[in-house]
Amino acid sequence: MSPLDQPTATLPAGAAMRPAPAGRPGGPWLRTRRARATLWQALAVVAMIALLLWLAGNARENMAARNISFGFDFLGNVAGFDIPFHILPWSNTDTYAYALLVCLVNTLLCAAMSIVLASALGLLIALMRLSGNPLAAATARAVMEIVRNTPQLVQIFFIYIAVLQALPPPRASLAFGAGVFLNVRGLLLPAPTIDGRMALLGGLALFLAIAGWFGRQPGRITGVILGPVLIVAWAVAAGLSATWELPALKGFNFVGGLRIPPELLALWLGLSIYTAAFISEIIRAAILAIQHGQTEASLSLGLSRGQTMYLVVLPQALRILIPPLTSQYLNIIKSTTLGAAIAYPDILQIFGRTVLNQSGRALEVMVLLLGVFLSVNLLTSALMNRWNRKLMLQGR
Amino acid sequence: MTATLRALFGTPLNAVLTLVMLGLFWLAIPPFVEWAFAHATWDGLSRKACAPDGACWAFVRARFALFIYGRYPLEERWRVDVVLVTLAVLALGALFAPRGRGWCLGLLMTVLPIGGAVLLTGGVFGLAPVATGDWGGLMLNVVITFIAVLISLPIGVALAFGRQSELPVVRWFSITFIEVWRGSPLLAVLFMGLIMLPMFLPNGVTVDNLVRAVVVLSLFESAYMAETIRGGLQGIPKGQTEAALALGMHKGIAQALVVLPQAMRLAIPGIINIVVDLFKDTTLVSIVGLFDLMGVINQSLKDPNWLGLAMEGYTFAVVLFFFACLLISLAGQTLERRFGSASRNPRR
Repeated sequence: MSPLDQPTATLPAGAAMRPAPAGRPGGPWLRTRRARATLWQALAVVAMIALLLWLAGNARENMAARNISFGFDFLGNVAGFDIPFHILPWSNTDTYAYALLVCLVNTLLCAAMSIVLASALGLLIALMRLSGNPLAAATARAVMEIVRNTPQLVQIFFIYIAVLQALPPPRASLAFGAGVFLNVRGLLLPAPTIDGRMALLGGLALFLAIAGWFGRQPGRITGVILGPVLIVAWAVAAGLSATWELPALKGFNFVGGLRIPPELLALWLGLSIYTAAFISEIIRAAILAIQHGQTEASLSLGLSRGQTMYLVVLPQALRILIPPLTSQYLNIIKSTTLGAAIAYPDILQIFGRTVLNQSGRALEVMVLLLGVFLSVNLLTSALMNRWNRKLMLQGR
Repeated sequence: MTATLRALFGTPLNAVLTLVMLGLFWLAIPPFVEWAFAHATWDGLSRKACAPDGACWAFVRARFALFIYGRYPLEERWRVDVVLVTLAVLALGALFAPRGRGWCLGLLMTVLPIGGAVLLTGGVFGLAPVATGDWGGLMLNVVITFIAVLISLPIGVALAFGRQSELPVVRWFSITFIEVWRGSPLLAVLFMGLIMLPMFLPNGVTVDNLVRAVVVLSLFESAYMAETIRGGLQGIPKGQTEAALALGMHKGIAQALVVLPQAMRLAIPGIINIVVDLFKDTTLVSIVGLFDLMGVINQSLKDPNWLGLAMEGYTFAVVLFFFACLLISLAGQTLERRFGSASRNPRR
């Protein structure tokens, strides 16, 4: 019997059918909690529907007044604008729908780059704080506190305007050797050309990494570290086998090579540094949370130091680590929208600004935007929750 | 002394780390001190007065009032001062006063928002009206944060209870509300509030830009508040509710008087984190056309008299925000010590 089925007072079953005592409003059927709950909920639903209808009515009236209709058919129209930075091929004769895909890829690229760098920096700061070296620990702590206590937007503007926009023009580029140049137009890197077989191996490594992550066993970290190890190994092999095209100064600008525009660079560094400060705390807390007794017990059972780390400490630390780490990664995905502040052509900048201004389809654009972010976020968190359950303490 | 030395140079790895750190310091600190202090210019009327190789703090000094008050009319700025000082005094009172802390908190949550709104907007009691478009600078960040916390806290409590409700409609409404807001980027919803709100309101009804931003921020933060408070609620043993019910309390009263106060005490650290995040996030309103500290700094950097001083402007913003956030954190720690779950107040 669910709590909802119980009458309010502890009366025998069927008591609810008695006439209501004087002073209590409503008929006898209102005496049960279930009936009252249903009534309240029905009222709430009616109120919500009424509110929605009112909003929709207003929207319809406003749109009619401005002579615009609702529909996604405009997505098939030719966009006609330029996207200053894109990975997928883009020309201004492509459609709005394709523009959505192009800038979604831009958003995801920046998110992926930031997740990698933020994790690495976070680990570095955490290790510095745990190193036992007072100088390193204090420096890491100071950096972390400053970064955590200043707005992300200020940091991004700082990097973009105060640092990157103040760099010299291409002709006076800062040269770091090995074909790496930094100037006001961005960071220039040698561009690798990877042959087909190597690319195929890369796809395989990525597949194994994902499979390893989702196929990981509770209490084992093999599946989790397999991915990064494989990908790093592939990157080294691919880097060695690739032919590199160096950027070269021709006239007033560089030709060839790989150019990371300053907008992407600022957003990438800004997101990574900010999130790294939070990730470092998460990693530190996870490692400190594994009591020293665990290590001692494992060593006294005759396990080696490596086995202790691999079989006892890391699996437990990972269990604590993953849920907060997931929410940091989700924050990164959401924070890529800050790119709109420095005109990085992410989905908010291109869709929320350019497309919206050009087509006037405010409602549709916003539905698309929030739809994209909600689905990316809900999907990621659902997957993480689903697979996190595997790692949780059993028997709780 | 030997202990310090051992900590710094005890093992080869540690020694290398120490040397690397010292090298980094040597590379970073002297140039910074030279730029920020030794070669800096503190007085001047334009960029030309500043030394080329040092910081031009004259810029920040010349614009200081703008950074704090925005375009709030010069002769009316005392009103901002009164509101901010009252806020500070009441907050200090709520934290440290030997008695009457409850009174301070009550005033902070009722009289200050209403009185402050009247004083800042003006238009009554012979006060000159000041359009919200003229509010700006750090004062705007503080005002937005304060109002948004005030609105989002009760909504968060309601949503936290709603999420645990036995009524499916209430529960699902709360879950949907929380997850949709938590899944959306703040900047995107701020855009949405700016562009979409007029569409959904009856023709001719306009809402002030600042109000739109505050409403969006409040709803956004209330979803996060709800999750933190839910954490607090889950930390209260079921026995508390059962005991209250056994004493004959009505269910709602038991939740409000027994469970919620304890849950809020547990939730204090989380709430303080949200307030710090909210304060930092108020800078996003600069992208949707309000002139908060970030907005006025960005605008000042375009002044032809002070071109190319981004480093100074943003360094100032970093310093100001750092100390403001530190202040909020310190207040939060005090709050936690006084009222938090771990408090061992001997006077109680």
